[in-house]
Amino acid sequence: MNQVAKDHVVIRFAGDSGDGMQLTGSQFTNSSALTGTDIVTLPDYPSEIRAPAGTIDGVSGFQMQFGSQKVNTPGDFPDALIAMNPAALKANIQDLARDGYVILDIDAFTERNIEKAGYVENPLSRKSLLDKKAYSIPITSQTLEALKDFDIPKKAKERCKNFFTLGILFWLYDLSSDFNIKWLKKKFAKKPVIAEANIKALKEGMIYAQNNSMFQAQYKIHSAPLEKGTYRNVSGNQATGLGLITAAERAGLKLFLGSYPITPATEILHEITRFKNFGTKTTQSEDEIGGICAAIGAAWAGAFACTTTSGPGLALKSEALGLAVITELPLVIVNVQRGGPSTGLPTKTEQADLMQAMYGRNGEAPMPVIAAKSPVDCFHQAIEAGRIALKYMTPVILLTDGYLGNGSEAFKIPNVDDLPDLTVKFRTDKENYQAYARNKETLARDWVKPGTPGLMNRVGGLEKDFLSGAVSHDPENHDKMVHIRQEKVDNIANDIPELEIFGDQEGGEVLIIGWGSTYGSIRNKVQKYREEGKSVSHAHFTHINPFPKNTLEVMKKFKKVVIAEMNLGQLNKLIRAKYIIETISLNKIQGKPFHENEIAEVVDELL
Amino acid sequence: MSEKLHTYTKKDYSSGSDVKWCAGCGDFAILNQVQKVLAEIGRPPEEYAFISGIGCSSRFPYYMGTYGYHTIHGRALAVATGAKTFNPDLSVWVAMGDGDSISIGGNHFIHTIRKNLDIVCIVIDNQIYGLTKGQFSPTSIKGQVTKSSPSGKRSLPMDPVALALGAGVNFVARTIDRRPKQLAEILHKAYEHKGFSLVHVLQNCVIFNNGAHDDITNKETRDDHSLILVDGEPMIFGKNKDKAIVLEGLNPKVVDRNSVDESQILIHHEKAKEPGLALLLASMRAGKFAGSKTVEKFPIPMGVLRNVEEETYDAITAQQVEESIALKGKGDLQTMLNSGDTWEIN
Repeated sequence: MNQVAKDHVVIRFAGDSGDGMQLTGSQFTNSSALTGTDIVTLPDYPSEIRAPAGTIDGVSGFQMQFGSQKVNTPGDFPDALIAMNPAALKANIQDLARDGYVILDIDAFTERNIEKAGYVENPLSRKSLLDKKAYSIPITSQTLEALKDFDIPKKAKERCKNFFTLGILFWLYDLSSDFNIKWLKKKFAKKPVIAEANIKALKEGMIYAQNNSMFQAQYKIHSAPLEKGTYRNVSGNQATGLGLITAAERAGLKLFLGSYPITPATEILHEITRFKNFGTKTTQSEDEIGGICAAIGAAWAGAFACTTTSGPGLALKSEALGLAVITELPLVIVNVQRGGPSTGLPTKTEQADLMQAMYGRNGEAPMPVIAAKSPVDCFHQAIEAGRIALKYMTPVILLTDGYLGNGSEAFKIPNVDDLPDLTVKFRTDKENYQAYARNKETLARDWVKPGTPGLMNRVGGLEKDFLSGAVSHDPENHDKMVHIRQEKVDNIANDIPELEIFGDQEGGEVLIIGWGSTYGSIRNKVQKYREEGKSVSHAHFTHINPFPKNTLEVMKKFKKVVIAEMNLGQLNKLIRAKYIIETISLNKIQGKPFHENEIAEVVDELL
Repeated sequence: MSEKLHTYTKKDYSSGSDVKWCAGCGDFAILNQVQKVLAEIGRPPEEYAFISGIGCSSRFPYYMGTYGYHTIHGRALAVATGAKTFNPDLSVWVAMGDGDSISIGGNHFIHTIRKNLDIVCIVIDNQIYGLTKGQFSPTSIKGQVTKSSPSGKRSLPMDPVALALGAGVNFVARTIDRRPKQLAEILHKAYEHKGFSLVHVLQNCVIFNNGAHDDITNKETRDDHSLILVDGEPMIFGKNKDKAIVLEGLNPKVVDRNSVDESQILIHHEKAKEPGLALLLASMRAGKFAGSKTVEKFPIPMGVLRNVEEETYDAITAQQVEESIALKGKGDLQTMLNSGDTWEIN
């Protein structure tokens, strides 16, 4: 059999939200990762848990890109589409790469399903689709046939069809099924017959592909030149949870999380709750406000406190954010952004909460804002948010989004000793204690745990005296306090990395600026421009408030500055307001990440 | 009660700040009793955390010589949930008004009760919004004329005690600013009670709702309008101890004490396992519920309505941490990061 080597492949699994597509996708991901390829994944699922079966609304997808080079995104256009029914085909076929192929379960293409998907005629009879390579495989009936000797209900047998499909793909991409077999045995330890049925389906899928003459070749993706080390696959939400626990441990503190379930942020709560043996305490609060207020209470009591949410939840937390600002307590607020306004698109991604994060509070309430750029980066930025919060005694907003939170990639597990030391010292010294006296360098006030003898003090949301922290309505004092709170946040610019240029260090034609999850697609496109010899560079913001000190200097080196974001130009507004500079705003607000060609549409014209 | 290691006086629990409530405000008496009771308990001031929301009574923490947090409107109990759950060694007390507790903070009120967080919650109820200068509150009586209800309030009042019992409170007591001795007794019991302890204190706002509780404070009428609950004792009240509460069907009824046999008079049991009696007492809505067409006038029950114990939220949280450590060993960061399916790149 021919083996064709490929640099990278994008596969999309699509089926009914009950078909187990997320599971199939993640199983394929893990098996591929074990061979050392680099990987980025993105689930795409409907906001209904089980929308009517067979309809477009009910289609759930999982896309992954794996490659023998560094992979930055889950890919724009799938090379392979696995469509478990006509609706899955209809919802995804338009994204398929020009030379891509479809594997579909022909058994699901019944008249009824074709009609439910909204097709007027059988799509398999249409020329347009047949232009694409389509492998029509009787997946359901082959699975049933493979399991004919199993004494389990027909429904249970049918449910094994995703493992049959996985088997086909394993053969096509020359992957071992060992990992999945082990996984199935563990997962169904209490129902061994179900484990055996799935394993049988998996093996039969592989045999089917091997013996079937329709497949002309196997594809091989060689391992990527990744750094040496131990790896695991993490989603952004998982990474955020692990990062918050890590920050607490590195600070010598206990983590407290106050949270209310909200899509797409809830997995962070799940992840953290698993690690109670670190002394971590979580509370699922009665509402979003309760979540942040419990976190504030815990911070006041001496915890490394966090709250996790998405846009609508952040809106509810606004007033409490102001309380954390004025009482100068460390707190990390994670906002896994989703499409807005209001309930918007709960399961889709967007970057439209930047202004809310920056300014969504009453009064002058400055707060550091940072954003993660990839699922793995969520781990590092959760630690960075903790570092800033604890060092500067301030709430910090960490922005991620649905694309990062649900997407996953290979995580090189760091050596704990190489991670930043965030050790915190509580004040216990009674001598000359003033609740709002500040550290000269950081402008942070001392953190005193209730329970400490001799330092009893009262704080609150009323304006504070500059030194004693007692309630003060003095106009001059208020002016001084408003300024010092701002100065404290502005000063953090001295303690963060400078903005880096990927590309022309001395300047050039076009600089594309991005922040957050658009990193991967911008970087990919810029890399391609550079391979074509074009003067396009990339600068990525992790720290948004304050901006890195050299921001203006970097932008001035380029003739054109393009700011690309999944909103109507919020970073663009911040940059223009602060630096009074010409920029071009590149926007996409479709609940989906950027595609490289969407960047090209704007940037090509500038070259 | 915890062992006394040191003798404290009331002064040790005062911050020394000037108290800025209006002259004659009922809050003074409550502050005074709280400080007195803390001195009697004899625990060091640093072990107390006083948390409040917004409203006149929410200035409370500023006057206490303990740790204090004056938070935002309605959220004191949510902040307290974090502080107490994180550090169960703190003695957490929350002071809040009627608007703070059951209007803007209603959700936190019912859910903190449900969770059974081990704190003392004092709801200071003057049936008016004082800090915003006189609008009706959820506990204002129907028909009450205020700045925001010039033609009279259009709805019946809600009773924090009944609401709390509905949410499953295990300790609930009611008293009034003018009964300092009873207040002190209740505060002691509330402190000793493990779990959420609600102390509902009726309080007089001299400026915006003066005399709202007149019928239960003036010497002439108070004994006929209040039912002082004593554990294990029959429910007898009235200026001449001539009235009693009996049960008629499922409902309480006020009768002439001499018209019934002594054995028919309801006996108070604050530690009754089932909340029925406490709910019955909470349903006895007094003259304060003037305006209701269905609810009869009753004396206001004052004292401890219910005092039972269940496991507390903070204790269960701490226990789950201990159990997790016992099961998995103390958390190790490197092990956590390396967990799951890993692979090596060489």
